[in-house]
Amino acid sequence: MLNVERLTKTYLSAGAPLTVLKEVSFSLSAGDSLAIVGPSGSGKTTLLGLCAGLDRPSAGVVTLAGEEIGRMSEDERARVRNEHVGFVFQNFQLIPTLTALENVQVPLELRGWSGRATEAEGLLERVGLGARRDHYPVQLSGGEQQRVALARAFVNSPKILFCDEPTGNLDGDTAHAMTDLIFEMNRERGATLVLVTHDIELARQCRRLLRLKAGMVVEDLRADEPETKAVHP
Amino acid sequence: MSFVLRMAWRDSRAARRRLALYSFSIVLGVAALVAIGSFSANLNSAIEGQAKGLLGADLAVHSRVALTPEAKAFLDSLGGEQAREVAFSTMVVFPDSGGRTRLVSLRAMEGAYPFYGEFLTNPAGAPSRLAAGEAVAVLEETLMSQFGVKVGDPIRLGTSTFTVVGALRNIPGESAAVAMLSPRIFIPYSRLAETGLLGPGSLVRYKTYFKFAAATDVERLVEDLRGRFRELRLGFDTVEERKNELGQSIRNVDAFFSLVGFVALFLGAIGVASAIHVYVRQRIATVAVLRCLGAGAWKSFSVYLVQGLLLGLVGAVVGAVLGVAIQVSLPPLVKDLLPFDVDFFISWSAVLRGVGAGLVICFLFTLLPLLSIRRVSPLVAIRASAAEETGSRDPLRWAVFAAIAMAVIVFSVWQAPRWQVGLGFVGALAVSFGVLAGLARGVSWCARCLVPQNAPYVWRQGIANLHRPNNRTVLLLLALGLGTFLVVTLALTRATLLAQIQGVGDNQRPNLLFFDIQDDQIGPLQKILHQEGAELKAQAPIVTMRLRSLKGRTVEQILKDEGSRIPAWTLRREYRSTYRGTLSATEKVIAGEFVGKVSPEAAVIPISIERGLAKDMQLGLGDTLEFDVQGVPMAARIASIREVEWRRMEPNFFMLFPEGALEAAPKFYVVATRAETPADSARLQQAVVSALPNVSAIDLALILQTLDGIFSKIQVVVQFMALFTVVTGVIVLAGAILSGRHQRLRESVLLRTLGASRRQLIRIQVVEYTILGALAAVVGCALAVGANALLAHFVFETAGALAPLTLAGAVAAVIAVTLATGLLSSRGVVDHPPLEVLRQET
Repeated sequence: MLNVERLTKTYLSAGAPLTVLKEVSFSLSAGDSLAIVGPSGSGKTTLLGLCAGLDRPSAGVVTLAGEEIGRMSEDERARVRNEHVGFVFQNFQLIPTLTALENVQVPLELRGWSGRATEAEGLLERVGLGARRDHYPVQLSGGEQQRVALARAFVNSPKILFCDEPTGNLDGDTAHAMTDLIFEMNRERGATLVLVTHDIELARQCRRLLRLKAGMVVEDLRADEPETKAVHP
Repeated sequence: MSFVLRMAWRDSRAARRRLALYSFSIVLGVAALVAIGSFSANLNSAIEGQAKGLLGADLAVHSRVALTPEAKAFLDSLGGEQAREVAFSTMVVFPDSGGRTRLVSLRAMEGAYPFYGEFLTNPAGAPSRLAAGEAVAVLEETLMSQFGVKVGDPIRLGTSTFTVVGALRNIPGESAAVAMLSPRIFIPYSRLAETGLLGPGSLVRYKTYFKFAAATDVERLVEDLRGRFRELRLGFDTVEERKNELGQSIRNVDAFFSLVGFVALFLGAIGVASAIHVYVRQRIATVAVLRCLGAGAWKSFSVYLVQGLLLGLVGAVVGAVLGVAIQVSLPPLVKDLLPFDVDFFISWSAVLRGVGAGLVICFLFTLLPLLSIRRVSPLVAIRASAAEETGSRDPLRWAVFAAIAMAVIVFSVWQAPRWQVGLGFVGALAVSFGVLAGLARGVSWCARCLVPQNAPYVWRQGIANLHRPNNRTVLLLLALGLGTFLVVTLALTRATLLAQIQGVGDNQRPNLLFFDIQDDQIGPLQKILHQEGAELKAQAPIVTMRLRSLKGRTVEQILKDEGSRIPAWTLRREYRSTYRGTLSATEKVIAGEFVGKVSPEAAVIPISIERGLAKDMQLGLGDTLEFDVQGVPMAARIASIREVEWRRMEPNFFMLFPEGALEAAPKFYVVATRAETPADSARLQQAVVSALPNVSAIDLALILQTLDGIFSKIQVVVQFMALFTVVTGVIVLAGAILSGRHQRLRESVLLRTLGASRRQLIRIQVVEYTILGALAAVVGCALAVGANALLAHFVFETAGALAPLTLAGAVAAVIAVTLATGLLSSRGVVDHPPLEVLRQET
């Protein structure tokens, strides 16, 4: 489902090149789940962005759902995202001028769909917000907003779901409930899950864990392997 | 497409009122274009519809001298029905108003003029009493109200008394503005002789009006006889000529006002672009999310382009409606300046042109900030610090800049009477905007570098607002400065022209002129002046003469010569020349040598000619001329060329003869004197006119009053148009403040959280807007002073007036407007509960 080979990202910072990700490689099968962890500035979000086709690598190859997205134009990558990818962001990223239901519908509408919002309504029911469908983001609590974002992430039946610190802005209980919901829905829909988090409890629920440090993978742990595999000493 | 429309509609939800306000920036520009365009269509239609009424006849023939038997026979041979008018300036006395006097334009009429259109008076029967030849007069309405004259009152013209039978409301062929120069009085032609006013030297205009059978081709007729008219030194006007002249004037005025309207539109469009820029910045997160969810670059861009287009459409449509409303209000403003009635109708082509111009300009200016949406990276959704991809220059941006330049050039060249004028306008616009924008940047820079660190906090914060990120200094200085510049330039030009005539600071110059003084009246006049204590400042004998030949060619030959570049008026006119031994204070010889005396037997008289006339007539030193001095030929040679300061109120002349040449010719006099007060002037005029009824007087106060009246009329119209730019500037200001309101709110809340009082926050705003207003006013006034100096130097050939009171008033007004708009647009910002805002931020 997702294959990453020798992925490198270099930015120009104050005129000098700054490599934030160095030759990262891994691959995920359909239905897998991967947690990317590491300290701030270790390159987690950059890796997520590259895997999801939000940015282009400086070197290396990213293949998503059988398509090599690293060489695609921005519009082609947008199509791939619309067809295969779902997102959940740390700060929810709901569009403030749209109601909860409209926010969930956007990915469908981008495909040219128009009609009764059965699928979107069903997903809002599923996340427990059927009664709040006409509310605007500002009228919802943080947990509720994140649940709307989760419904939106699944509305186009994505093959892969990317979550960037999905519980980072939520309190303990709400974060716990949110984590359960993400994994439940992921199981129900058989999507591949890639999440970036600082929360080690959340990370341990994934079948695989990549630990980054200074842009490099320093640990690649799989749930079926009892020993930690150190990629780089 | 449906996604784009749906998303555009939804996305605008929270901002529709704000977007509507942004759209108002172009409302006035479009309104001006629609109002002017549609009104011009009304005028053109009125000219077509009332064509014959414009002249009141099929043909009008005019001459500066009484018709010779030859000319009369020629006119009679044209056939048709004739009417006559003799017009000249003279004094009227109002016996019932304490004998007050006034210079008027007297029209003695005979025949059924006007043949077309109506001679309207109040009461209505007055024209028939004129036609019957009674000793009655019709007076200009303003003259009657000014002197408290009623129907039935007597007036005295020369030695005759007439009874006022009506007030003039309208007569074809002349606009009421004519009355501003000299109010008209109509009397029967048959009564003219008994007034004794038509003496030698009176500056008279003889007119003959014709009405031909409907089938007559008047244009053809005059074309065939053009040579004959020239030979007889007769001028003529046909309906077609009058129509073309008026049409051309209307096209020029239309072009001028359309370009003024376009400045407002252009300014408004900059305001829209600036507001959309802020709007787009606030929408970057939304765009990034849309991109993450699969929207392509152009699709996200289209969502906002649709909003921009709708905004432009709303602005253009509201502008068109307002334009039509303004069009309704224009006729009363310009009624007195037009020689015909105007019917109101909406010109849909003008409406479409205005709306089209508004949409195109708004669209192009909106594109500029919107283009950046294409470059917003979806990464922004997960990393706010990832701004849009601005690393490389966007070629489309340059394409849009080029399109804007093209649109401005095309519009200007299309509107202007000549393409050079259109390009000149574009150049002037670019320079004004460049200077204002450059100064604004300089101000921003100064605000950053020159603020004293020990200044009070509210001052430092207020000044810091002028240069901090996302400041609006350039836009606001542009918007307010341009409006100030236009209005103040108008005011200064007016002051310059009036000052030029007034001769500011010189209280020794003559300010009262008596003319049409016959040879035997000069002694009695001098006596009256002496009795009244008025000093005789200048006295000049005047001898009338006409040109016979120029450098050996007769005037007739030159007039017939199609290739001649000498203006016909210089050849046809009656020259009113003087003779004296010295130059006056208003004259300076610039070439040759002035000869002050010749012997009466001299065969060729050495004369001095005025510079401008010499240039027109292509005459140089040593060239010869032959004059016809009331039947006696006189040869002359150009001995010197003089520069004459015409605007001084002293008798000035084109041709100056030496003593010894003209003393024996029939002559009359002009006398310049000085009256210290208006009461002295009135008393002196009354004394002279009652003793010497044919003598006319004109005083400086009257000229100033007349010019002021004309200025007031024109200025009302011009300022009305300039106001569009000013109000657009205010709307742009309000829009800019509202577009940055969110940022202001946040800062104000933070400051309040840190302990700032409401009073301190308001004072920070007052400091900021006062400085902005003051800078805009100073920059606008400085540009206006510069423009006025250039106009004064190159157009009016004088020094530009500074009018410190006008400038101070303008500065105060601009500061007040800026402060009021700024505080009103920011109201509520300091009153928001901090918690409410801080909660929204999380």
